[in-house]
Order: sequence, then C-alpha cells, then structure tokens
Amino acid sequence: MENVERSPSKLRIDFLLLPAIGIGVVVAAWALSSVSWATSLPSPAKTWEVSRPYIVEPFEKRGELDQGILRFTWYSLIRVAKGYTLALLVGTPMGFILGASRWFRGTFDPIIQILRPVSPLAWLPLGLVLFHKPEPAGIFTIAMCSMWPTVLNTALGVQSIPQDYLNVAKVLQLSKTKTLTKVLLPAALPYMFTGFRLSLGIAWLVIVAAEMLTGAPGVGGFLWQEYNSLIYEHIILCIITIGLVGFLLDRLMSLAERRFKTA
Amino acid sequence: MSFLEIQHVSKSFGVGTSRVDVLHDINLELERGEFVAIVGFSGAGKTTLLSIIAGLLAADRGSVILDGQKITGPGRDRGVVFQNYSLLPWYSVYDNVALATDQVFKDWPAQKKREHTEQCIEMVNLTDARDKKPAQLSGGMRQRVAVARALATDPEVLLMDEPLGALDALTRATIQNELQRICGQSRTTVVLITNDVDEGILLADRIVPLSAGPSAVLGPSFAVEIERPRNKRALNHDPHFKEIRAGVIDYLMTSAARKRQAVTTELIEPQGARLEIIA
Repeated sequence: MENVERSPSKLRIDFLLLPAIGIGVVVAAWALSSVSWATSLPSPAKTWEVSRPYIVEPFEKRGELDQGILRFTWYSLIRVAKGYTLALLVGTPMGFILGASRWFRGTFDPIIQILRPVSPLAWLPLGLVLFHKPEPAGIFTIAMCSMWPTVLNTALGVQSIPQDYLNVAKVLQLSKTKTLTKVLLPAALPYMFTGFRLSLGIAWLVIVAAEMLTGAPGVGGFLWQEYNSLIYEHIILCIITIGLVGFLLDRLMSLAERRFKTA
Repeated sequence: MSFLEIQHVSKSFGVGTSRVDVLHDINLELERGEFVAIVGFSGAGKTTLLSIIAGLLAADRGSVILDGQKITGPGRDRGVVFQNYSLLPWYSVYDNVALATDQVFKDWPAQKKREHTEQCIEMVNLTDARDKKPAQLSGGMRQRVAVARALATDPEVLLMDEPLGALDALTRATIQNELQRICGQSRTTVVLITNDVDEGILLADRIVPLSAGPSAVLGPSFAVEIERPRNKRALNHDPHFKEIRAGVIDYLMTSAARKRQAVTTELIEPQGARLEIIA
C-alpha cells in the first residue's frame, strides 16, 4: 500500500538503482581480487568471455558434459522437482500427524531434531548404499534434507489452529474428513506454505552437493567437472546460475504463499 | 418435565491447590420456546456453563437434559453463537452458513439447501454481503453471520455467548433489535449469556443472575413481563424494567461483596494485622 504513494522516480531508485549499486560493488571487489591477491581467480571480463557460448546458446548439447547452461539447469530442476515432491509427499502428512497427536510428537520429535541438521554430504553415501545407483541416491538426499521445514511448519500450523475453529467443527459435528478439508487444512495452509518455500530453498541448495558426488549432468555436476578441468570461469558461471535460479524459485513460492495467505 | 433442564451442574478446573471451582450446583429449567438470559460478571463462569450445555465441556457433576435426553456432546439440536464469532476466515459469508446447512440437511437436494442458506442470510440482512469474506465485514456484520450460521441448523435451542460483547454501543443497540426480531421469528428456545443487565431484560422472557465466581451459583429468576416488541428507550421509563434491573444488580453486587469479604478474611495475617484491601 505504501509503495503506491511513492513517486515513480523513488521507486526506480529503490528497486533498480540500489540493487545495481550492490551488484556493482561486488563485481568491482571480484575484479580487484582477480588482479591483486587471487591471481587464479578469473576476472569478470574473462569469465564472460569463456562462458559466452554456454549463455548465448543455453540449450545447446555438444556432449554429455558439455551443454548449454540452461540445459544443465533444466536437468537439475527435474532432479530437484523429484526430490522435493517426495519430500512434500512424506513431510506434509508427517507434519500433520506430528501437530495433531501429542503422543506422536513426544515419540518422534527428538529423532527429527537429530536428523534435521545432518548434511547432504552425509545422506548421499547412505543413499548410494541403499539404492546402488547415483540418480535415486541424489533424489533421496534432496528429499531427506529438504523435508524438515515442511514437517515442522505443518506441525506448527496444525498446533496453532485456534480452538474456536475446532469448536465450530465440533458443534456442527463435522466428520473427520470434513474437519480435515474444511477446517484443519485451510487453517494450517499459510504455515504449510512457509514450510514448502523453505523446503524448496533447501532442495535447490542440496542439488550441487548431490550432483558433485554422483557426477550426474546438471549445474552442480558441471561445476565440479569444470573445476577438475581447470576451467574456473565456469565455476563462477555455475555459482551465478544457481543463485539466480534459487532466487527465482523463492520469488515464485512466495507469490504462491501470498495467494494462499489471503484465502 | 421441562424442555431443557440443567441439574446440579458443577465444574472445576485445575488440580491440587490450583484447583478452581467455577460452577457450583447450577440448576435451571427452560420451557420450549422460552428465552432466558443469564447475566454475570466477566470470569464468573458464564462461558463454562454455556459450553457445558453445548456439549463442548463435560460437567464434573450433574447433567443437562434436553427434551428428555441427557447431553453427552455437541449436537445439531443446539446451535451456538460464539463470543468471538468464530467464522472461518477462508470462506465467504455464504460458505460459512452453507457449511452448517450442508452438514445438517445432508439429504436435501442442492437447490433446497441453497435456498435455505440464502434464507438464513436474508434473515440477518446480509444478502448484499453474501460473497464477502469475514475480514471484509464489520464486527456487527460478522456477528450476524454467526447468528445466521447457528440458525441454519434449525436448532431446538440457540445458545449465545455474549454475542454482542465485542461491539460498540451503537452497533450493539442495532443488533439487539435485530436479535429481538430474529428470535421472535424463529421461536426457538434461547439461552443468552451476557454481562449487560439491560440487554438481558430487553431480549429475554426471564433473566437469571449468575453470582460472582469462584463457585458461582445461579440466583433467583426474574420474569420479564413486558410486551414485545420492546423499545430500549421506552424501557428506561418502565417501572417493571427498573424493578427487575434493581433486583438483578442488587443480587450481583451482594454476591460480589460476599466474595470479596471471603478474600479479605483469608488475607488476615498471623499477627492479626489485617490487610485492608477493600475500602
């Protein structure tokens, strides 16, 4: 609401100029570092030059490990989507039960708190042991790391449902299913969406680790392979791509989140 | 045998030293179609009593019998208007009321259900706002939706817990008139909980004071024999109205003074130095 009253020039300063200055400062620091203390760090200009073919032909496929950057991103997104979907499918009901049942909470909350901080680097080898193949192991890792915010926020959402709403359900004698779909789910939905958004952030964070260790084609795999091939410019290209995609995913989710909050 | 009987109902909360006796041996009988107002101080246990009748809380002792049947839980024979409206914010006015209609009249054809829901919304004059969300409504309008939802189930008894407590004085007066009209139309048995003696007398056939807590008890019933529709302004000059109001307030104040007395006595220190808390 406040933004509406601001003049357009003020808007341009807040949303274009200031972020541009921020990016400029970081690129300047990067350029300075590359010519002073970090000589093996490619300069911004060199990075752009070497990365150009991957950016201007983003979907080109020249070989298994030599593809346009958006093509790699697409592979990674597919992998993340699989792991994330799995995380939501397991995490949402788990969170619901955790929030609804004191008994379940007492039993499983401690173990969840212990599993939650475990790094993807630790889950991946276990995934390989369990599934013998890198692809399912990667998806397993993404799911294991990203489901906790969904579990905990869903549980919190269910616990925070006002007694008033539950009383309405009781007085109207709604069935279990109706109480779930008409009262519990809508009431917990804003919390759940916060969980979904945080989970997606983590799922995307984990992709690099998963692809690095399994050598699967994707942004993370490309990054690690180019490190081994000593093409450091591409490491930076990957870092920027991962950051941008992560940022876009978060924006998309918060748009969806806001939509459901007003409901 | 009366239509609604509250027999020897007692209720306490907590255990050990923190145990508080809220209601003590509450007895009340209502005839079918009767409108009874229960007035008392905030925190006296009015909501607890209503929750017991609604079946949301179980009494420690005693029972509530409706039409010969002992109440063991919530039921469609009792509609509840909650103190803070308790509308579901993700549904429109229509959907909030339809939730009640659809639940109670499951086997009606869709058309009939829709008509019934719309009729209930019309009864509280909200037809123009039927597609709005509760957040877009004023306090008075939300309260009317809550009334419409409670009436949508065609309850035998309408239980209202300080339905107008959160409203400003002007809106309150308007809704009081509407409640008078709606209750006159629907002719259900009503239990109204309120902390406003005038409101109780304006709306009810009978007003019963609930003494100050803890261990609240019901006082004597005061029958309100004033012609309907009642006009709030004219009421102020009615000798019968004044008499009832004086009686109810006198009972409430005396019960509160007695409770305070009990508290001061407890505060007498071992040396005999009495703490003067009440002037």
